[in-house]
Parts: sequence; structure tokens; C-alpha cells
Amino acid sequence: MGKNILVVADVRNGALRNVTNEMLGVANRLAQGGTVHVAVIGHLLDLPDFGVAGADDVWVMDDAHFGNYTPSLYRKAVIEVIQQVQPQVILFAHSAVGKDLAPAVAMRLGLGQISDITDVETDTETPTFIRPIYAGKAFTKVVATSEPYVITVRPNNLAPYDGAPKTVNTHTVNVTVEDADLSTVVREVVRKASGAVDLTEAKIIVSGGRGVKSEAGFSVLYELAEVLGAAVGASRGACDAGYCDYALQIGQTGKVVTPDLYIACGISGAIQHLAGMSNSKVIVAINKDPEAPIFQVADYGIVGDLFEVVPQLTAEFKKVMVSQ
Amino acid sequence: MNILVLIKQTFDTEERIAIVDGQVKEDGVRFVINPYDEYAIEEAIRIKEASDAQVTVATVGPERAEEALRTALAMGADEAILAADEALFGDEFTVAQALAAIAKKGQYDLILAGNQAVDDGSSQVAVRVAELLDWAHISTVTKLEINGDEVVGHRDAQGDEEVVAGRLPLVVTAQQGLNDPRYPSLIGIRRAGKKPLTRMSLADLGLAEGDIAPKTKIVQRFLPQVKEAGRILTGDLSEQVQELVRCLRTVDKVIE
Repeated sequence: MGKNILVVADVRNGALRNVTNEMLGVANRLAQGGTVHVAVIGHLLDLPDFGVAGADDVWVMDDAHFGNYTPSLYRKAVIEVIQQVQPQVILFAHSAVGKDLAPAVAMRLGLGQISDITDVETDTETPTFIRPIYAGKAFTKVVATSEPYVITVRPNNLAPYDGAPKTVNTHTVNVTVEDADLSTVVREVVRKASGAVDLTEAKIIVSGGRGVKSEAGFSVLYELAEVLGAAVGASRGACDAGYCDYALQIGQTGKVVTPDLYIACGISGAIQHLAGMSNSKVIVAINKDPEAPIFQVADYGIVGDLFEVVPQLTAEFKKVMVSQ
Repeated sequence: MNILVLIKQTFDTEERIAIVDGQVKEDGVRFVINPYDEYAIEEAIRIKEASDAQVTVATVGPERAEEALRTALAMGADEAILAADEALFGDEFTVAQALAAIAKKGQYDLILAGNQAVDDGSSQVAVRVAELLDWAHISTVTKLEINGDEVVGHRDAQGDEEVVAGRLPLVVTAQQGLNDPRYPSLIGIRRAGKKPLTRMSLADLGLAEGDIAPKTKIVQRFLPQVKEAGRILTGDLSEQVQELVRCLRTVDKVIE
């Protein structure tokens, strides 16, 4: 029998992040012919073609109060949609907003939650979710023992919907905002200069370690990243040494990433760093030390000084990408 | 001010993981305070040093977790609560209710915790505790300012920094960068053994097993496929670079 599945769209600055499409892909598999709903909360929303993305019903909450993420207000908005839709599964992104909002909704409603899934098996009676533990050093298969339940989906791991475009019913939801719903207030948002591409959603990451030697040393990595449209990341060593902001850190402490291409520059490959990136599809390591553990997980290795290798790599990419 | 810090004892992040009989092997593993919780403890102690607060650390976990609590006491926390009753173990739904019940036993103004644990990495428990107490929360903060009952947290939001204001009582979760946790001093370690550590059971917390039963179940644990080391490119550097770019474009097709 088909199920009702609710996806809470992952919105950033009014636009939907790609993980929303991936959630809709999962939702269609879980729905098994049932109805896929998507709730979109934000302000001055730029809505895509949800029929192509795999939604049957869209619930839009566009209000100035939703311009910034406020947990108590967003929680109220999501719960209003849940009450109308009565879903068996509610999906959030495992993103800054989703991983904060999902447990709030789950606990308010007394529900279980399976976080940060990277895959799902739907060929059994109960869907089985696969998620990393120890930042990907091991994995678990988890099932929910009661419905409804909440899931958060890791970006970049699951396929979007590829079925026939659907006919979409769009609903506008008005959420009354009371003082009590604004228990915290966003006073300011400081856009950090960590590049235009978000680390957890990036298809390509150029990452630096202690071998980068200084904050200024990162400039060669940013030049390569710009040519590739990549995000820049860093190891704990580089962050601890003050070469870059902790927001860039990749590893078991820090962000766990799974891009298509990970280029590790001057990173030795401590276990805690490998945990955060070794599930990337293709890994390139550039390091002076041929014994560096990073080469053990790399698909391609160049033994050499990153300050010689990276600029040449940048020049080569520029050359071939222009000649296309 | 009364501060409660929620912590978890986890594997050191340099540990490798082995699975024996379907369980993660714990023998011989070095345990530490979850690194994100260490920031929370350090922040609580700094608030105490600046403003005369009382700091309590609490954990739900096995007896071995006493060591983590003693470390927190050695860092400067005043007292500790250990809930090692297996009836309180379960998933995040279960543990959050145990921790919320511990919180309700005291008169706390501020709860600090790590934003996630480096083992399960679910990022659920602290926010769930806030909901159970009907408190607001500010998560993943890298800077915290408290003036009277006004709290301003600078939070890491997908690379951007949000400056969020709230009022006590409040739950705040720590992100890397919040502070640089201290090592316990020798005097601190000596004092820690004498500081009060209270054990709490399901009954002490007034909970019923049926109400806090887990809602999710782990059916299997497994290790990822071991990645084989790839090619070390050879030739002079320009040849290596050309070969790498060629492979990435035409073999792996990760570059357009």
C-alpha cells in the first residue's frame, strides 16, 4: 500500500539546495505509489518545477518571518503541515537547518529519528536505512520500529527522482506567528569568505593540510578551486595551526564529505581526517612524503611539493577546459 | 548561575573500528570525552570563572563513563551525575528523556552540550532535551556571550555565521572553534576524586521503561569496503599533471 511521505525542502537564501531533489528521490522510493509531499519554508522563495523533481503536493510557507532560520517557528510550520498531510515518514536534509530542525520536530511529536542516511533499501517490508558511524569508519543498517518517523538525508549520496513528471497540487499555508514562536532571534548573518560553493554539497573539493604552511599558502588552493568550481576544505592540522577557519575542517571532528573528486594537498592522512573524506568517489593526493597514509586511500597520487604541483595542475585544467 | 553540561564518552578519533559478533569492539580502545562535549565543558568552566557559576556534568552511559566525568571534574566542573542504568540506554529518543529527567532534578539556567557525538553522529540529543524541557536552543555555536539572562550565540550555519540571540533558560550546543579546552591540572585531578558524583537509575529519575523505549533499531553493523591504494603517477611533473587531468576527465569522468 502506498504511503504518505513528507519532504521538508532544504532552503538557502530563498533557493532550494540540491539535496531537496535527492530527498524527493528517496521519498518516491518510500512512498511506493503513495503521495509525496514537499514543504517549503522561507521568504521570497524561488520554486523549481516540483513535478519534474517528483512531488505530488507542494506546501508553501513564504513569509518575512521565515527569512532566517528560527527553530521554534520553523518547528511550528513543519508541524502544521504534518497535521494536514499525516505522513508516515518525514524527511529533512542533514544540513545546518535540517539537522537542527528534525530532532525538534521529532521530539515535539514523540517520534524516532534516523539521522544522516546515505542509502536506503526498500525491497523489504520495512525500509532499512544505511548510515555511517564514527564518521564513516563503519556503517549501520537501521529500521524504525514505529511510524511516523523522521529521517535526515546526507547530501550528495542519493539519486534524485527520474520518473515521469507529475502533476503538482500547490497549497499555500499561512502560519500565524506569535511572540512565543520567536524564542530566539537572528540578529545578523555574516557571510564567510569560504568560497561560493558549500562544502557538504560540493562535487569537487580542494583541501589543504599542514603542508600548506600558512594562511597565504591556501591561495594556490583557492586558485585551483576557482578553475574547477570547487569548494575549499582543510584538515584539522591546518585549522589548529590557524591557516584557515574551523568551518572548513573535514574529518571526524568537522565535516564529513563525499564529493565526486577530492584533491588532498599537503595532507598526511590522519585516521580522523580519512574518516571524513575517504568515501569520496575519486581521491587525488599531493604530498611530499611518499609514505604519507593519504596515498593508501588515493586513486591517484603525485609525490611532490604542492606549491609546484598545484599551480601546474591549475594551469593544465585551465588549458583543457578552455580548449573544449 | 547553574550550568548543566551533557557529555558522552566516545572512542578517541584516532581509533580504528573493528566489528566482532556484530558489535563494535571496545577492548583496548582509548576512550575520551566526545571532543564537541569538551568544548561545552570548557565553556561552562569559563563562564564559572568569569561569573561564579556552578557546573554539573552528566552522562548516560556505562560505568566506564565515570572516567570521562572525572576528567570533566578535573578540568573544573563541580559535580557529576552518572546514569549507568541499562534501562536508560537506547536510541536518541530514550537517552534524551533520561537526560531531560536529570535536568529536571536540578534548577539549571543553561545547558551546554556538544552539537554531535563523534561516534553515532546523529545530532539529535541536545535539541531533543531542549524540546522536552520546552526551552529554546541555539546550536553549533563558535562564540557565546552571556549578559544577565540574554545569551548571544554565533553559530556555524553551512559556512555562514549567524548571530542568534535568546534568553535563559537555554540549551546551547558547541561547535569546533568555540574555545580551546584545557588539560586538567595535577591539582585538578587530585581534587576530582573528592568531588561529588551521583548515580541515577531509571527509578531515581521517575521514568518508566515503556515510555522511553527506543523507536529505532540497529539491525546490522558493518565496515566499508577497504579502498585499495591507487596509482602513484610517474614521469616528470608536467607528464604527471597531464596524465592526472586526462584520467579525471576521460576515465573517471569527474571533471567536465
